[in-house]
Amino acid sequence: MAATAPRTVARRALIALTVLTVALGGLLAGTIVWGTGQATPKLGLDLKGGTQIILEPQTNAGRPSAEQLNQARNIIVQRVDANGVSGAEVTTQGSENIVVSIPEIPTQAVRDAISKSSQMQFRPVLAVANGAPQPTASPSPSGSGAPSGSPSPRPSASGSAQPSGSASATASPAPSATSTSNGVLNRVLTAESPSPSGSASPSASPSGSASPSPSPSASGGEGVTPTDATDLAWITPQIQRQFEQLDCSQPNALDNLRDDPAKPLVTCDDTGTAKFVLGPVVVSGDKISDASAGYQTNQQGTVTSTVEIALSFNSEGSRQYADISRKMVTLPSPQNQLAATLDSRVIVAPQFNEAIPNGRASITGNFTLESARALADQLKFGALPLSFVEQSSVDISPTLGSEQLRYGFIAGLVGLLLVVVYSLFQYRALGFVTIASIVVAGLLTYLTITVLGWAQNFRLDMAGVTGLIVAIGFTADSFIVYFERVRDELRDGRSLASAVETGWKRAKRTVLIADAVNFLAAIVLYVLASSSVRGFAFTLGLTTLIDVLIVFWFTHPLLTVLSRRPFFRDGHPLSGLDPSRLGAKTTRYVGRGRFETTPPASARQPEGSRA
Amino acid sequence: MNLSFSDLGNDLYTGKRSVPVVASRRRFYLGSVALFLIAVLGLATQGLNLGLEFRGGSEFRVATSAAPQDYEQTAREAVGAADNTQGVNVTLVGNDTVRVQTERLSDSDSQKVRGDLAQAFDVPERDVSATFIGPSWGASVSQQALRALVIFLVAVVVMLSIYFRNWKMAAAALFALAHDLVITVGIYALVGFEVSPATMIGFLTVLGYSLYDTVVVFDKVRENTQEAFANGRMTYADAANLAVNQTMVRSINTTVIGLLPITAVLVVGSVFLGPGVLVDLSLVLFVGILVGAYSSIFIATPFLVTLRRNDDAVVELGKRAERHRSKVERERAARPVVGDDGAPVPVGAGAPAEREEGSTLTGRAVHQYARSGPRNQPKRPPKSKR
Repeated sequence: MAATAPRTVARRALIALTVLTVALGGLLAGTIVWGTGQATPKLGLDLKGGTQIILEPQTNAGRPSAEQLNQARNIIVQRVDANGVSGAEVTTQGSENIVVSIPEIPTQAVRDAISKSSQMQFRPVLAVANGAPQPTASPSPSGSGAPSGSPSPRPSASGSAQPSGSASATASPAPSATSTSNGVLNRVLTAESPSPSGSASPSASPSGSASPSPSPSASGGEGVTPTDATDLAWITPQIQRQFEQLDCSQPNALDNLRDDPAKPLVTCDDTGTAKFVLGPVVVSGDKISDASAGYQTNQQGTVTSTVEIALSFNSEGSRQYADISRKMVTLPSPQNQLAATLDSRVIVAPQFNEAIPNGRASITGNFTLESARALADQLKFGALPLSFVEQSSVDISPTLGSEQLRYGFIAGLVGLLLVVVYSLFQYRALGFVTIASIVVAGLLTYLTITVLGWAQNFRLDMAGVTGLIVAIGFTADSFIVYFERVRDELRDGRSLASAVETGWKRAKRTVLIADAVNFLAAIVLYVLASSSVRGFAFTLGLTTLIDVLIVFWFTHPLLTVLSRRPFFRDGHPLSGLDPSRLGAKTTRYVGRGRFETTPPASARQPEGSRA
Repeated sequence: MNLSFSDLGNDLYTGKRSVPVVASRRRFYLGSVALFLIAVLGLATQGLNLGLEFRGGSEFRVATSAAPQDYEQTAREAVGAADNTQGVNVTLVGNDTVRVQTERLSDSDSQKVRGDLAQAFDVPERDVSATFIGPSWGASVSQQALRALVIFLVAVVVMLSIYFRNWKMAAAALFALAHDLVITVGIYALVGFEVSPATMIGFLTVLGYSLYDTVVVFDKVRENTQEAFANGRMTYADAANLAVNQTMVRSINTTVIGLLPITAVLVVGSVFLGPGVLVDLSLVLFVGILVGAYSSIFIATPFLVTLRRNDDAVVELGKRAERHRSKVERERAARPVVGDDGAPVPVGAGAPAEREEGSTLTGRAVHQYARSGPRNQPKRPPKSKR
């Protein structure tokens, strides 16, 4: 750099900045023409109107871990999607909150649905049918077709230890069971001693099961009090009707669902491809002590290629599980299936191949490792029932939002105008350099924010707008520091060109360290603070970066080029860089060991420092 | 005025005119201690006026086309009819937005109140915004802010210590920071401005600004004192004082330019919008930047001098500067003895010199022989004297 003339460096920097600006503009134009971009920044809820709900998930054990928080977020995403809310965003905030932003003001029912507590339950399956309503339950055709497409894995519970035998067995029942049911269903639970035959047998039976199950209940159910959770007498005519009418393909099918653990439940699976009548809760999800996915090991201890989910219960859960498995393993399909529900939706409904006395079950089926892991996570999550506490809920009417934006804009313009007037007053023509720099910085900021809105879904909110307005001051300060340094050098009697270079060398350090402090503040705020603070921190950090860029690539190069123009070079009184006004001691060597010093306050002499 | 301002800048730069910031630091300390005590007193007696976000509650904003005269009555009736809530607070925000704050309402109540308000003011329901804040929300926000603050401070101390290679500078900057924070909070308590989460953001930004401002001044202090350490002509305190004076014009300009947009936001916001993120933020920034500018000039540098006054290097520099000063004085005292005609006389010269150019620009004497020769090149004055 030292080898290159300042002027060349300056030109290069100016060209680089132009290229950058044009590239950003081009990118933006490209996103508008070919993509989903828009010409204005995306606005936050408080400017556009909408609702923001901040939820804090709570477990019985206190604060949820990061992993659980993520799970909780997924649950909320599912709920929001299930409620047919469009354009909603669900984000985690810090380490404890979930922020739901909805660009409309939702109904009370939707709010309740979003923030209800989440629990996992195990309920015995009483009846199964295809997700869409089918008046007559003819199981064979549709049932088999649909499910295979959707989640392939179907579990079977087997004794955790040596399920290898069962594994193979498991796989086989799956297809056969297909006749009735959908993805969620055809999984097998096996117990300790893997008995392939056991698992195979249910496979034979199920075909008819789906439809018939309701009918017996209809006939026998009247007036009969159900004796236990698996009793078909739970299916009263009312439940039967409900079951028939339920259309799981509708997104809001379960909106009015009431989930009472002591009563039967009519529900869908989580993909909406199957519907169920479930008995009362037999084991609640918080009895799960662990769930993990992996490859099964057989009796010889070799790892097989079958993916299983190993599920274990605590002591109480084990006892309940043993009881229910003993009872259910004898029942015909689908009554030998035990459904796990999360948020009242069935996530998996494996059938028992054998009793599971020790509370360690293995679910197999044609899982992929990935799907098994996802399911295991859900099951594990069931161990910690979450409730959501509404921390705050803010509705902004669109009118109010646009008003805020308008006044924020006006305030920004007025502020900018004041800055322009003041810098012209203080720095004369040099003030135009400040203004040009601020305009370029503003342009860059606008482009960046708009492009970020498209690429990262960054939304500008009120706090962000305030950050931008405040940044005008910070940005202008870099120029002030720089100009004052240049003036200092002029006062020392340097020529303008050398004053600009020397002043720049010194001002550069100051600008860098001061901006570094600012940037540090922005980062810390962004990482640690809550959402409303984030918008502010983001714009502050962004403008700080742009400020550095502008000072290095625009203001300094521009001044370098300008300092060669006669107007500035010769210190025109209006240039703001007039050496005599700055009190420069123009000391000259006049030969023979003599110096001539022009007193600072005296009138400017034409031969000055630049004779 | 502009001319006088730039004259002031010139004089401050050369040291011709100088504000004895460091010398009279006790006075500034006293002033700050007094402010500090008032702030603490205000905080203790008045307490902060915490906003809805910290207390918990519900807030409704009705955007009307023009607020009726009896807006308060209308709002109270609407809310009272909807729910017999005590402690309803109705204010007019700007010209046409009515703000109703109530105790915490349940969701369904809140929906109902919203509908009632819309009906009472004859606006569509979408023009009524409802906000509900749980009581723990503000607490968790401030907790986060506090944590952010601590981490920020630690990071800043590390960064500044590395940059200035002197932890005392970082400490002095932090001291100025704490000073700003306490006084800003005190002003808030005394005046009774409402504290909202946006204000918390503002506090944090003020900290950033205060540091920024201090760092700019300190950078000049670093430059000047480095030079002083190198040539030993100034005491640490004098060098620091010169730095403060040299950056004074910049500090004033920066403060004015920083305050201008914020003032615009504050005025526009409070006239047209009323309490909200915009006003809360700009208010705290306004107060904070003023206090920050004060502290970076009058507190940070003097405090740095106080901190470093017993450093070995600084004491040593003081002695060197003292020697230099007495030497200069001796020279100055010696001069008039010889040349009544105004010609300074080189100390080394045996005989009184007649020649005008007997000394260099800096007053350093040039030996007679050195003066006479045609090859006598001008001596480049040392950097500090240029």
